[in-house]
Amino acid sequence: MADAAVLGGAVPVRRWVAGSGQSGLRVAVLLLAPFVFVLAVSPWLPDWLRMVPKDWSAPFVGWINAVVEVLRREEIFGLLTFRDITRAIADLIDYPLDFVEAILVAGFSDSVPGLPWIAVTGLAIVLGWYLQGRQLGIVAGICFAYMAIFGKWELSMVTLSVVLVAAPIAGAIGVALGVLAYKRRWFETLLWPILNVMQALPHFSYMIPVAIFIGIGHKAGTIATIIFAFPVMARLTILGLKGVSPEVREAGIMAGCTKRQMLWKVELPAARPTLMVGVNQIIMLCLAMVVLASFVGAKGLGHDLLNRLRSLWIGQALEIGVVIVFMAIILDRLSQAWAEKEPEHAREGPFHVRHPFATAGIAVVVISYVLAAFIPALQLWPKSLSVTTAPMWDAMIDAIVVHAFDYLELIKDTLLVHVLIPMRDLYLLLPWSALLVFAVTLGWYYGGWQVAVIQALFALYLAFAGFWERTLITAYMVSFAVIVCVIIGSIVGVWAAAGPRRTKVVELILDTFQTFPSFIYLIPAIMLFNVNDFAAIMAIVIYATIPTTRLTIFGLRTVPHDIVEAAIASGCTPRQVLWKVRMPLAFPAIMLGINQTIMYALFMVVIAAFIGTTDLGQEIFRSKAENDAGKSLVVGLCVAFMGLMADQLINAWARERKKVLGLE
Amino acid sequence: MDAKIACRDVWKLYGKDPEGFLAAHNGDPPDDAIAGDGYIPAVRHASLEVFPGEILVIMGLSGSGKSTLVRCLSRLIEPTAGEVLFDGQDLLKMPAKELIEIRRHKMGMVFQHFALLPHRTVLQNVAFPLEVQGIDRGTREKRALDVIELVGLKGRDGYYPRELSGGQQQRVGIARSLAVEPDVWFLDEPFSALDPLIRREMQDEFLRLQTMLQKTIAFITHDFDEAIRLADRIAIMNEGRIVQIGSPEELVTRPANDYVANFTRDVAREKLLTVASVMEASTDGETLSDTTVRPTDKVADVARLIIDSERPLRVADDTGRTIGAVSRAHVLDVLFSVEADAHG
Ligand SMILES: Nc1ncnc2c1ncn2[C@@H]1O[C@H](COP(=O)(O)OP(=O)(O)OP(=O)(O)O)[C@@H](O)[C@H]1O
Ligand SMILES: [Mg+2]
Repeated sequence: MADAAVLGGAVPVRRWVAGSGQSGLRVAVLLLAPFVFVLAVSPWLPDWLRMVPKDWSAPFVGWINAVVEVLRREEIFGLLTFRDITRAIADLIDYPLDFVEAILVAGFSDSVPGLPWIAVTGLAIVLGWYLQGRQLGIVAGICFAYMAIFGKWELSMVTLSVVLVAAPIAGAIGVALGVLAYKRRWFETLLWPILNVMQALPHFSYMIPVAIFIGIGHKAGTIATIIFAFPVMARLTILGLKGVSPEVREAGIMAGCTKRQMLWKVELPAARPTLMVGVNQIIMLCLAMVVLASFVGAKGLGHDLLNRLRSLWIGQALEIGVVIVFMAIILDRLSQAWAEKEPEHAREGPFHVRHPFATAGIAVVVISYVLAAFIPALQLWPKSLSVTTAPMWDAMIDAIVVHAFDYLELIKDTLLVHVLIPMRDLYLLLPWSALLVFAVTLGWYYGGWQVAVIQALFALYLAFAGFWERTLITAYMVSFAVIVCVIIGSIVGVWAAAGPRRTKVVELILDTFQTFPSFIYLIPAIMLFNVNDFAAIMAIVIYATIPTTRLTIFGLRTVPHDIVEAAIASGCTPRQVLWKVRMPLAFPAIMLGINQTIMYALFMVVIAAFIGTTDLGQEIFRSKAENDAGKSLVVGLCVAFMGLMADQLINAWARERKKVLGLE
Repeated sequence: MDAKIACRDVWKLYGKDPEGFLAAHNGDPPDDAIAGDGYIPAVRHASLEVFPGEILVIMGLSGSGKSTLVRCLSRLIEPTAGEVLFDGQDLLKMPAKELIEIRRHKMGMVFQHFALLPHRTVLQNVAFPLEVQGIDRGTREKRALDVIELVGLKGRDGYYPRELSGGQQQRVGIARSLAVEPDVWFLDEPFSALDPLIRREMQDEFLRLQTMLQKTIAFITHDFDEAIRLADRIAIMNEGRIVQIGSPEELVTRPANDYVANFTRDVAREKLLTVASVMEASTDGETLSDTTVRPTDKVADVARLIIDSERPLRVADDTGRTIGAVSRAHVLDVLFSVEADAHG
């Protein structure tokens, strides 16, 4: 009944569009008809229906900047400006940052040095062993030892210390907001759309406002990281709390819990599995962001990577990239092991029997300090002994350039001339009114008038924000990349879903790749294709293929078994089973994968602007250079809204499709 | 004797504006109005009483409103209308603070899926209700250990729920609900999630505890065999209504309608019925067997005697006075009458 209310007048039209049989083609043609019509008549449309005239653009940028200006200059109660307050708060972050950094590497003073690298490595081994087992301990040990031996210890520890400070703070903010939203309906209604937009905003949109209110530097990077990471935790807290089984909650009430006892002793602990997913994600987001936050002056691995990339020292950049990858892998594995760790009953006995791992940890620290006092190389791996792989990478790249350069260039040029540039010109012809018609038709058909209205607002924003042309260029790059991603992803996915062994291998690779900070993906792209549109698209493709592949596998493997058996029993060939049964049933899942691919592509397209594209990302970069907070936010919202438009349409479609297929 | 806990005319409707809807129909809306206006009647017009020390079993098909009714009794769910009396006090008018006090000291509840807190050990789970009362650690753990021993889990107090079998987990659930020494004990299908063998064992355990503790109990099940093993009285629910309340024997011998009869059809009547309910008045001229049975004997227990005897057996009370007779033919009649009804 609720559905009928939402869909409203759409129902009869839907029936008519869908016809008697569920003809997909008929639906598609009829839904696209209005859009095609506007396209067809566009040469006769008045100019303002095609391109929004410059002086018609809404002065969003000006407004935001005016607000920023007020916040910067006007004093509240005649005492402090808003910026003074934010800066004061930001200064607080220095304490934990300095503290953790001092422990990990910097030391408190000359007489109290930080932990020797063997101590940190040893602790990582103990932790891995404790959380999962010997194997993870060994992996952790290798990752950390690599950082030391390859001369990246200090940079790594600086980056790690930002993650160790930012992740708990972001987590606490997220949980607090989530709890509040869970307790107060109105707050949830308010928070949810904000979280949606925040999660769709590209990384860089966070940086400029932060830079303006806090200034450029290490702590600004940390704060940008916190702001970037907390929404995911807020969202998962809400989901986790809502998912607590009613029985458990009732058990709490029957025990006579007060509201506060309920929350702390029953609901939050019972939501632990979901919260721990959040912990893992927040750690990974923090790492991804802190690497990028080097743009606003965060120190550490990202900072060096950025410099190397800027000077096109690819070998050295790759070397740092590898360290970041190791860091990502180990943080991901450790936090997942933590999430999956189930409590076990303690053994009886003295301290070291009851707490073997704590004992081992203490022993590691004590022994390392003693050893390091005698052997300085155990405190800090000496520069002279550091191994560097940069020459090797450089040689490899040279080899590629010598042997494959012509082919690579050929591929690049052919694609650029025959596909990319024509496609781009085509996109630039798209009238904004056509986009509006397209979005509203689809939104209304699949989600009812509410979705249609939101879609219209998104489309109008894109048209009138003043960056229509850039939006189109972004759309062209993203759609090309997404098409490539979908082709590759579905082929790999179909291949991998054919057998459990393949699935396992491919999923392992996907899992690993997914943990890498997006910045990393620029390195091979630049390495092979230098700095241009094509390299950017390559970077997007590598990064954004992951979700489509993953969900293709998921969709195909979760097709109900009896349906497949029924198909085989009725004499389908394997090919027919795939195309006539499994693919259609997996299609909603695949579409959700494509949805994520679009999101990933939009995020990456902005980062890729770093290597010289002319899309919205470029505008964000320019705004950063100009310290233009308004512009960076307005353009960021363009990117976010493009993503949210696709997201909403695809989700509405997938929901409808699943209902038709009875998969819900 | 006054009821320990009772409810009168309790309604629970789900829908847009249940209170307004009930009021508009003077508190007793007809079925077609309920369905027509899109309301879901989880409980309607329910009244029952549970007396001190009694086990009242609530039975019914899935979705018949058992859980909802019991949750209204403990006010886990706010009834739409009606009153719930706990020791004569109206639970629904009670302020939140007092309600919490009652739950802390006088009520315990056991859940179908155990509802243990996964992050706490057995000991901490059992001590949980005491912990929220603010009882100090030493006292509450001592008390918890006692209860853990009572339910037969001694030595497992340091384990986490995940490390226990289903039956053991439910023992923890039972221990937790008993830790505060409640007067009233609610059990919502406590054994439904367990294997038949374990279920049997847990029922015995439950009976053992009840003989020791003498709680006032509302016990939900949808398994009639379980009901007759445990119940003093059984309330049968259908589509939110209580259709009959009575002793197991009453339900079997005098079902109020076909729904109840359906439940009781497959019951092993000989195990349930007492000699008293199958005996006939002895006619003077009749020659009775020398063997006597008592009216409280279960038919199954004396079946052999009845079958082996050519003549009817004499039924005598404690003083030895003859109060009736049971004949082979008549017992067979009574035991198989349901089948006869079903076929005829
Ligand atoms: N929150 C709710 N909203 C709407 N309907 C509900 C709600 N809770 C219960 N119901 C409905 O009320 C009816 C009674 O549910 P209840 O859980 O009391 O049944 P039950 O007898 O305990 O069934 P089971 O044996 O499956 O536990 C069911 O039809 C159920 O769908
Ligand atoms: Mg129930």
